[in-house]
Amino acid sequence: MARGRSVPPPRGSAAVAGSSDPAGAVAGVAGGAGTGGGGARVEARGWGWRHAGRAAWAVSQLDLVIEPGERVLLLGASGAGKSTLISALAGVLGGDDEGEQSGELSVGGVRPVDARGRVGLLLQDPDSQVMLARVGDDVAFGCENLGVSRDEIWQRVAEALDAVGLRVPLSHPTSELSGGQKQRLALAGVLAMQPSLLLLDEPTANLDPEGVREIRDSVARVLEHSEATFVVIEHRVEIWRHLVNRVVVLAPGGGVLADGPPGDVLVERGAELAASGVWVPGFPPARPVRRARLSSAGSGWPVGDDWSEGGGSAAGLDADQQRAAHAAASGLGVERLLRATDLSVARVKGRAVAVGLALEIERGTATAITGPNGAGKSTLALTLAGLLPPLAGRLEAGEAFAAGAGPSPIRWMSRQLLTRVGTVFQDPEHQFLSTTVRGELAVGPRALKLPQAEIDERVDALLARLRLTALAAANPFTLSGGEKRRLSVATVLATRPSLLVLDEPTFGQDSRTWAELVALLAELLDEGTALVAVTHDTDFVDALADRELRMPARAEGLA
Amino acid sequence: MSILTPTRGTHVVYSINPVAKLAAAFVLSFTLVLSIDWVSASVALVLEGILFLWAGLSARQFFLRTLPVWVAAPAAAVTTVLYGRPAGATYFQLYLIHVTDGSFELALATLLRVLAIGLPAVVLFVTIDPTDLADGLAQVLHLPSRFVLGGLAGLRLVGLFLDDWRSLQLARRARGVGDSGRIRRFFSQGFALLVLSIRRGSKLATAMEARGFGSTIERTYARESRFGWREAVLIALAALVALVAVTVSVSTGTWNFIGSAS
Repeated sequence: MARGRSVPPPRGSAAVAGSSDPAGAVAGVAGGAGTGGGGARVEARGWGWRHAGRAAWAVSQLDLVIEPGERVLLLGASGAGKSTLISALAGVLGGDDEGEQSGELSVGGVRPVDARGRVGLLLQDPDSQVMLARVGDDVAFGCENLGVSRDEIWQRVAEALDAVGLRVPLSHPTSELSGGQKQRLALAGVLAMQPSLLLLDEPTANLDPEGVREIRDSVARVLEHSEATFVVIEHRVEIWRHLVNRVVVLAPGGGVLADGPPGDVLVERGAELAASGVWVPGFPPARPVRRARLSSAGSGWPVGDDWSEGGGSAAGLDADQQRAAHAAASGLGVERLLRATDLSVARVKGRAVAVGLALEIERGTATAITGPNGAGKSTLALTLAGLLPPLAGRLEAGEAFAAGAGPSPIRWMSRQLLTRVGTVFQDPEHQFLSTTVRGELAVGPRALKLPQAEIDERVDALLARLRLTALAAANPFTLSGGEKRRLSVATVLATRPSLLVLDEPTFGQDSRTWAELVALLAELLDEGTALVAVTHDTDFVDALADRELRMPARAEGLA
Repeated sequence: MSILTPTRGTHVVYSINPVAKLAAAFVLSFTLVLSIDWVSASVALVLEGILFLWAGLSARQFFLRTLPVWVAAPAAAVTTVLYGRPAGATYFQLYLIHVTDGSFELALATLLRVLAIGLPAVVLFVTIDPTDLADGLAQVLHLPSRFVLGGLAGLRLVGLFLDDWRSLQLARRARGVGDSGRIRRFFSQGFALLVLSIRRGSKLATAMEARGFGSTIERTYARESRFGWREAVLIALAALVALVAVTVSVSTGTWNFIGSAS
């Protein structure tokens, strides 16, 4: 373990794309004790990959050399093929039946499939990377597969857990780890294999800020003692900027767009990268100007926006009632949609996760629910959305908001919820019901029994507004993360609810999707829609929220 | 506590190789299904009852875990009383229902047998840790590690499915399709869960592959699955119970091979 800080090779030789120097291939990657054991050289020559059944190449004509020990941040717009490249390097892209390859790709001088085990890959989703029930066993899994002897396995396990700073007993159940801890566990499992190439594929996308810090600090500590070559994909440059010495930007059309030291690339290409969705420090995404914040909330409905007004004449009885009610209310100032008093919320009956909550939701206002993990934020949001019954206390809907459905949202029919509350779940996949994007958008309007012409009109408008028109016939499950998020928001908007409830709407989103979402939500707020958002994203809170409800950490004894 | 982290204790039974527990349960069940008579079953049950004192479970745990067996046994007995093969004096008859001396005897034998097979099986399985079982299956029985470990990793997803199911339910209500018939909703939601679980499964498979699973290298095992004298003792005890039960039954003349006329 006691290795000095490794000195990366001079940048000059590293930047020569497409250099053909087989002698440079480092083969000495067999593991000894200690993390690392020399870095592997990565070389792509005219490499490309096309997934089976797709017309377009995910990556094409890529010439790239990464020298042993280099630390690379791999950037590129959504769809530039970053994940494809990293999966290929890890040797998990699959065989000929999964897709078609062109050119050559090598890791440490051999095909990636033959280098398996020398390449460690950390993926995005913490849940799908835990294999076994106990922490120690899970870390040992990779070593077992590589045929490491039993004594050495446990030595490596201890070292790897130490390196990532996960200090729990080896018998600790993996199911009781937080997201950030699970990611560190997976990292430890990868490190125990002593890879000469360490790959991270958006390792922080599913984590809260604390989890992001945990994993970043762990990786920093690991890199200090390792000579492994390191490649990370991430939308948020800030996290990794100081841990890498090279930034490579893939061009969406194929090949490399920019390549060089982080400072140079981020300054020269910053604006361009930011426009393509990368979070570049110094190039924040545009923030909308809210026409009306809390003081004048509720006075600007509707402001002749073609998007919300389009087809407004036939918006259905509920919407009309609401509109009338709103007109009446706007004269009086603020109209209350929901009032919670002394509310206790629970996901499973009888097990309160938060108690004694009080809040009011008014038309045209944005409320951010923030706080540590496990504080009950999502549970509160789902309760406000009429999806979970309150455990104790009261949750009352205003008369105009309820529009005849009664004061208790949990008693509303599923169909009645559509025009009143729209809920966007944290995982978009949970709410998809159809096999096409177009069908997905039509689900709500159809449940409202709107005329077909009206449905088509709404669906077309939403497809265009959220840049989904080209994907209208695609299966929702095949979309990218950003596209799924946009679709899940669009499905909810199709029925024009008075209250939007969003659970972590900006988690793992690139800056372009972020800016679009925030702009869209600001517009809706200005038109009088109320917004409740569970979020860890302080930028989001700053950009939109009228008020912030900070939930305290879960009290002891409330388990 | 979940499926993957069952009750653990310091009791010696927890450290016995799960493969031996499987074998012991198999020996008992296999012997006891050969005959339907009340003697062999009750002898086995009495002996098992003594051995349960070393099962590592408290009385409360024992009855809670074996509750399904206590419910199933009388149910099987009642059915046998009503529909069992008629013999001897008839007490009651209606259509197919035929309550006789013979069906009463058969019912008693069934009741005892379900208990004698079910109770030890449950008791032995409760203290099995799936990880240890997988180790045993792969190292002691030499089953292919691909299946054993794939199954073990898949088992971990079960907990996630429960969460998924709940979320799917809420999402359906939120999307306006939660009012339809219960049965129809159940099936469409079940299909959605299937789609989600396949996606989760393939992600897990990728992660396992990335850790070198399924390569051509011969796998080593971090945990040794031992098979020593304690395992031998457990299996021997099971064999002894079976042997005594059969001996007593045969010597009292009540043993009857299943299928042979009584």
